[in-house]
Amino acid sequence: MAMTITEKILAAHAGKTSAQPGDNIWVDVDVLMTHDVCGPGAIAIFKKHFGQNAKVWDPEKLVIIPDHYIFTEDPHALRNVDILRDFVKEQNLPYYYDPGTDDYKGVCHVALAQEGHNRPGEVLFGTDSHTCTSGAFGMFSTGIGNTDAAFIMGTGKLWVKVPETMRFEFHGTFPPYIMAKDILLQVIGDIGCDGATYRTMEWAGDAVMQFSMEERMTLCNMAIEAGGKNSVIEADSVTEKYVRERSDKSYSIEHSDADAKYIFRKSYDAAAMEPVVAKPHSPDNKALARECSDVKLDRSYIGSCTGGKLTDFLAAAEILNGQKVKIETYIVPATREVEHGIRETKIDGKTLQTIFEEAGCHIGEPSCAACLGGPKDTFGRTHGTEVVVSTTNRNFPGRMGSKQSAVYLASPYTAAASALTGHITDPREVMPAKV
Amino acid sequence: MKEKFEGRAYVLGNNVDTDQIIPAAHLVYSLSDPEERKKYGEYALSGVPAEGAGLPKGNTPFIEEGKWQSEYSVIIGGKNFGCGSSREHAPACMEIAGVQAVIAESYARIFYRNSVDGGFFIPFESEKLLTEEINTGDELAIDLKANTLTNRTQNKTYSLKPLGDVKDIIEAGNIFEYAKKTGLIPA
Ligand code: SF4
Repeated sequence: MAMTITEKILAAHAGKTSAQPGDNIWVDVDVLMTHDVCGPGAIAIFKKHFGQNAKVWDPEKLVIIPDHYIFTEDPHALRNVDILRDFVKEQNLPYYYDPGTDDYKGVCHVALAQEGHNRPGEVLFGTDSHTCTSGAFGMFSTGIGNTDAAFIMGTGKLWVKVPETMRFEFHGTFPPYIMAKDILLQVIGDIGCDGATYRTMEWAGDAVMQFSMEERMTLCNMAIEAGGKNSVIEADSVTEKYVRERSDKSYSIEHSDADAKYIFRKSYDAAAMEPVVAKPHSPDNKALARECSDVKLDRSYIGSCTGGKLTDFLAAAEILNGQKVKIETYIVPATREVEHGIRETKIDGKTLQTIFEEAGCHIGEPSCAACLGGPKDTFGRTHGTEVVVSTTNRNFPGRMGSKQSAVYLASPYTAAASALTGHITDPREVMPAKV
Repeated sequence: MKEKFEGRAYVLGNNVDTDQIIPAAHLVYSLSDPEERKKYGEYALSGVPAEGAGLPKGNTPFIEEGKWQSEYSVIIGGKNFGCGSSREHAPACMEIAGVQAVIAESYARIFYRNSVDGGFFIPFESEKLLTEEINTGDELAIDLKANTLTNRTQNKTYSLKPLGDVKDIIEAGNIFEYAKKTGLIPA
């Protein structure tokens, strides 16, 4: 029977030869990821149901990445990290990235990839809705709550309803000012923020396959903003190269059959794409960047699992190089590895770090930071009526801290271009050499 | 599982996301500590913008100042209820505040799943959008056998969609009880 990548992966993990949309099946879990916000709750539920002395099903398969509330003085937030530490010790878990030590990484979805926990064909659950990011590796990955995570800790299994798949194809070549973020905001705007509810978003086409792993991760990251269960891109040589540099475990690459059934299919001309923003207060409130030039800004924020990878900062630096920002501009690398990249990577002989410092940006420590507001002392958090252009993924009311602030989601190019002018700016206006 | 229950309505709009249900700044408290849990009740639905809080009038707090439980136990939502993050603190804070059921036109997937697997309350789907028919404060009664919602204040009855696949988990209480019943984990 013809199947999509997602159907094949789920079938294989349920010990079946086929899986059809709507089937409720129990799957074996390859990796469970949790972090400081949800880990303590999941651990408490695990102990409640499996006993105070219970052991997790497989310590090699549980990955704990504190990232949300790290650089804060909030005593409750710090206590949550202590709970994770105690659990890691008690369970003897090999994959824990402890804040305040050399092991600390940063934002979980980027760290999962960088530390080699993503492999094609695998099933990964995480207590974070953006776990769909890992689908960039040709695997099934999705977000779950504390109860489901506790259930996996005890059993290594979880029930899944096999999703229908929507396929988005991009053909041709993207113009140089277009990033994965633009494509995503375009598609979410087209289908609406519940347009993919319970479904898989499969990305394909020669234009998509030209993307680096980081850009593919951005593309998969925001499936949840369309309500999607997971996102997936078939693994190819780009994926294999990235994975082989970081993991020596075996994996299997699944392909969608040519006659697989899709609930929806849409094909886009890559060359026709334009820089897009999502206006407040919903990720599907789409507009072209050039149509929003009357929007005056107080702040530009470049960071998060969506827009805080090295590719994102390279794009921002290209625009900020030799210029001064007009508004407060925050740079938050997703992980230590990205931070290292900012310090080492050069444009015109200058490191990105120097470019950002000379432009007048504030550079923060790797973590989720103001992407989700967080404790009052969080770097870059809004406290009043700020109007922000941001490379993050959500602009719901209050998401970056203050209920009165307004957030425009955009690509790193657009966020950097807007930082230079103080209003929403199509990057083509400040990067004429690229048009 | 109870067959019938009653409560007063608290009406919200479309796309109520998890940051509105429980703003991220409050996610630091322990859900297992009996005293600290109350904080979640106190802040339940505190991120909803004032004009959308308790429709149609708005400006009606779900939780009164200084309290952690609500006088409203049935939430009426529109489309895509609970979109956003996977935080289980969202359904949990609603249960702590006293919510017994949510009736929405549609749900975001993770929120729906969390409500069922954690056994916090029953997420019903309405046959049609009810946010403009029901007023905050209306007296409601839900009949699980008949799959109906009756608005006693307005004397109207609506049908609810059958619970479908997840009914077995809801009946068992949560995913753990369900797994015990089906022999997946030892009872
Ligand atoms: S960076 Fe933002 S979206 Fe990504 S995991 Fe952190 S809080 Fe969530």
